[in-house]
Amino acid sequence: MNFPNELKYSKSHEWVKMVDDDTALVGLTDYAQDALGDLVFVNLPEEGDSFEADEVFGDVESVKAVSDIIMPVNGTVAEVNEELLDSPEAINSDPYGSWLVKMEGVTGTGELLSAGEYEEFIKTCD
Amino acid sequence: MKTIFEKSVQGKYQDIIPKCTLPEVTFPQELTRSAALELLEISETEMSRHYNQLAQRAYGVSDGMYPLGSCTMKYNPAVNEEVAALKGLTDIHPQQPASTVQGWLRILKIGEDYLKEVTGMDAVTFQPAAGAHGEYAGIRLIREYHMKNGDDKRTKVIVPDSAHGTNPATAAMCGYEVVSVPSDSEGGVDVEELSKVLGNDVAALMLTNPNTLGISDKNILEITEMVHEAGGLCYYDGANLNAILGIARPGDMGFDVMHMNLHKTFSTPHGGGGPGSGAVACKNILKGFLPGIKIEEDEEGMTMGLYEETMGPIGLYYGNVAVAARAIAYMLTLGKEGMVAVAKNAVLNANYMKTLLEKDYHIPYNEGCMHEFVISAEDLKKETGITAMDIAKSMIDNGVHPPTVYFPLIVHEALMFEPTETETKESLDRVSQILLDIRKEAYTDPQKLHEAPRKGQIRRPDEVGAARNPILVFEDGKDL
Repeated sequence: MNFPNELKYSKSHEWVKMVDDDTALVGLTDYAQDALGDLVFVNLPEEGDSFEADEVFGDVESVKAVSDIIMPVNGTVAEVNEELLDSPEAINSDPYGSWLVKMEGVTGTGELLSAGEYEEFIKTCD
Repeated sequence: MKTIFEKSVQGKYQDIIPKCTLPEVTFPQELTRSAALELLEISETEMSRHYNQLAQRAYGVSDGMYPLGSCTMKYNPAVNEEVAALKGLTDIHPQQPASTVQGWLRILKIGEDYLKEVTGMDAVTFQPAAGAHGEYAGIRLIREYHMKNGDDKRTKVIVPDSAHGTNPATAAMCGYEVVSVPSDSEGGVDVEELSKVLGNDVAALMLTNPNTLGISDKNILEITEMVHEAGGLCYYDGANLNAILGIARPGDMGFDVMHMNLHKTFSTPHGGGGPGSGAVACKNILKGFLPGIKIEEDEEGMTMGLYEETMGPIGLYYGNVAVAARAIAYMLTLGKEGMVAVAKNAVLNANYMKTLLEKDYHIPYNEGCMHEFVISAEDLKKETGITAMDIAKSMIDNGVHPPTVYFPLIVHEALMFEPTETETKESLDRVSQILLDIRKEAYTDPQKLHEAPRKGQIRRPDEVGAARNPILVFEDGKDL
């Protein structure tokens, strides 16, 4: 499994990529897509919606089950990756290229894990 | 395979309708059809072949073991069918007056009394047509109760994370907010977490016991007492009643209302989408709100009526009475000792199979399993890439129906087995050996398992395609 070093990770299996000081892309990790299985639907928030860290901001449905996706940071949705609504399988094939939302006014990144820390953490998830 | 209507050929016919022996009458033109009815035209031979072909494509308990967890796919004794087909029980109309259906009313009353005894409850209705329908009726009864008491601030229903998926769906359908409580390390309800969510806004707790891990909650009396102290009521999902039949009673555990799946526990055929029967049993505090027909006996005989404060009908008439008749025939065949033997053998069979498999397969919640148990294939997936789905599909190649997969959600790569009491030791041995062989094959020939099933009626379906682009209506000419 692949965990790029330049990303930050949450314990609920989302990745965060800082684009500049307070803008970030948020997606699902390789571990998350593998555990979920083949994805068939993605529900994402609207542009302009604000979230605090640990809030549910959408859900993904796989052939096995529906799961909430948790916002790893505080911020406001600047952009939604609408391509995923039609091709959720992109998350399975390219989890780090398939960002879900672009967040602006991002704060609260202090709790996030590094790639190494996340890799250690998922060993305890099983 | 073509539908029977596509096999229709103009001019073919068969004399299945007896010749009319009554004088024919003519209706005024405005009441008659302008075009002939498009009826099926097929020879008896072709029709017989069609249905045989359909039967060959299906798989049932009569073909082999069907260990679908939480579904209790037991053998359905043929005597039940004989009883349900008795002419006196079938050649009647639901709107006939009570005086002309005394036999049926007597049968249903006997059924109610037996189910009351089995569940420890005070009243029973047969009106709900299936399990989730029964759940809906049960939670609605609880709602009626709180509303009658002016207790309209109770907006939440608590559901443990090991519950059947229909439980939260039922609570939501009845207008409640669903609150999930986690399981403890042994697979029971986490009592501490439960106490945190209980309060004067809780209408009910819905509990499946034994739960979907096959575990009977050892804190059950404490749990129902906690809910009652908070002013809530307790709903028992009776889907897994087979495990405790004749041995323990939900009414004695402190539950106020429950449903039974007569088509599971009481051996009526199911799996084809119905008809089923989700009979609901409740305590006296809820009895007055019951839907369906209240059957009583006075000096004149059996009478029909409505419950005093009935929530209104939830289905048609008396429910699926032919299913109820089968269930009552089953109870009469078993008797009291037989019912106890059902539960004991269901639990013994599951534990025997679990013991055969636990040497090689990981069983996360292994203590105190009753009628079913849950394997996790997570280790196998890590080591070989073989998933629970691959194992399930490979079972088809070995002529066995797969178990429930990917449920309960708290077990990763879950395979949930419920062999039921009607399997022999030999069949348990055989299916267990198949599973042990599949595990070995995961290491030696994983590709074969990824490609399974090769011998089924169909190869592996495209589940993503089925979820994203489902074909929901019949398309003429398209091969099924």
